[in-house]
Amino acid sequence: MTEVLIVVALLLVAGAATAAVLNRDPVRQALVLSFLGLALALLFTFLQAPDVALSQLAVGSAVTPLMILLTVRKVRRRSGNGRGGDETTAGRER
Amino acid sequence: MSARLRLWVFLVGAAGFAALFAVACFGLPSFGSGYHPYGVRAVHAALGHHTANVIASVNFDLRAFDTLGEETILFAAVLGAVVLLRQTQDEHRTTPEPAVVHPRVRRFALLTLPLALLVGLYVIAHGQISPGGGFQGGVVAATALHLLYVAADYRALERVRPLALYEVGEAVGEAAYVVTGLAAVLAGSAFLANVLPFGTFATLSSGGTVPVLNAAVGLEVASGVVVLLARFLDQAVEIEEPGEGEEDAQDTGDTGNGDADDRDDADDGDDGDDGDDERERA
Repeated sequence: MTEVLIVVALLLVAGAATAAVLNRDPVRQALVLSFLGLALALLFTFLQAPDVALSQLAVGSAVTPLMILLTVRKVRRRSGNGRGGDETTAGRER
Repeated sequence: MSARLRLWVFLVGAAGFAALFAVACFGLPSFGSGYHPYGVRAVHAALGHHTANVIASVNFDLRAFDTLGEETILFAAVLGAVVLLRQTQDEHRTTPEPAVVHPRVRRFALLTLPLALLVGLYVIAHGQISPGGGFQGGVVAATALHLLYVAADYRALERVRPLALYEVGEAVGEAAYVVTGLAAVLAGSAFLANVLPFGTFATLSSGGTVPVLNAAVGLEVASGVVVLLARFLDQAVEIEEPGEGEEDAQDTGDTGNGDADDRDDADDGDDGDDGDDERERA
């Protein structure tokens, strides 16, 4: 039974990680990353590491995606008004 | 050192590492077997100090000094983020407009907020008995507070979050860990040694210094994550660039601060537009 659960969790992790790599939009990546954190937490639980699973759940699926979303918002705000997005951002980096 | 010599040094080192690694791998107990030399010793030591959660015993009793290092890494990381994300001289703050929240989202977030906060505190307090501890519970408690941002808006979150207090909390958490270690020295033992009475097995007061160190780490991590997210939120919601939305800025990007101030004055008219833009997006 445990083996089946581990295999399912491993497939979920592999799927979510691949989706995170293939997505090009940072906002979507953050959401997929959150799902990846959840899948990893499941995997750690099935591997009898509940301590690590709890850390993964809190940091991997909540704090990290939130920080990425906030960063994306700041960067878009900064370059969204100008005409040349990336160039403006680089020029203003101090 | 020439490229050829460098390659040879690397190859010799890599070969040595590969040989030692192979020997070490063959010396390991086989995967999934019932015999765990380190596990047996760790469980024995944990039970000897009345700590039901062996992981907590490893983290806060057997290897408490390692955990001090890990805690300090987090402390330094938060400090670095605070320094990097602080408001600079040529940036200014705008007050974000409150956004409309769907009543169902509001109800759900307000319902889960106290629950999540309680779970966080529970995980910190029961670190020596059940899985979890200061780090896990601290992060849960800190993120729980941010449900208020989801349920209401940024200003509601700011009202329940006196940031200066959390900055102090982070430093106090870090200091409490070191002081606990020094207290053991004063008691005539080694730094961070477990000198407190061990208590009854599997109760809240068991484990000697383990619950004390868990509480210190919980305070440090919870405050640290709140401060970290607050700085990110500040940048994303409140702080505006000098002359945001102005095109000339990239040409003068590398000039001094005085120039930046000039630009700031010059495009006051533009900033109003920016604010509207921002409100639309929020």
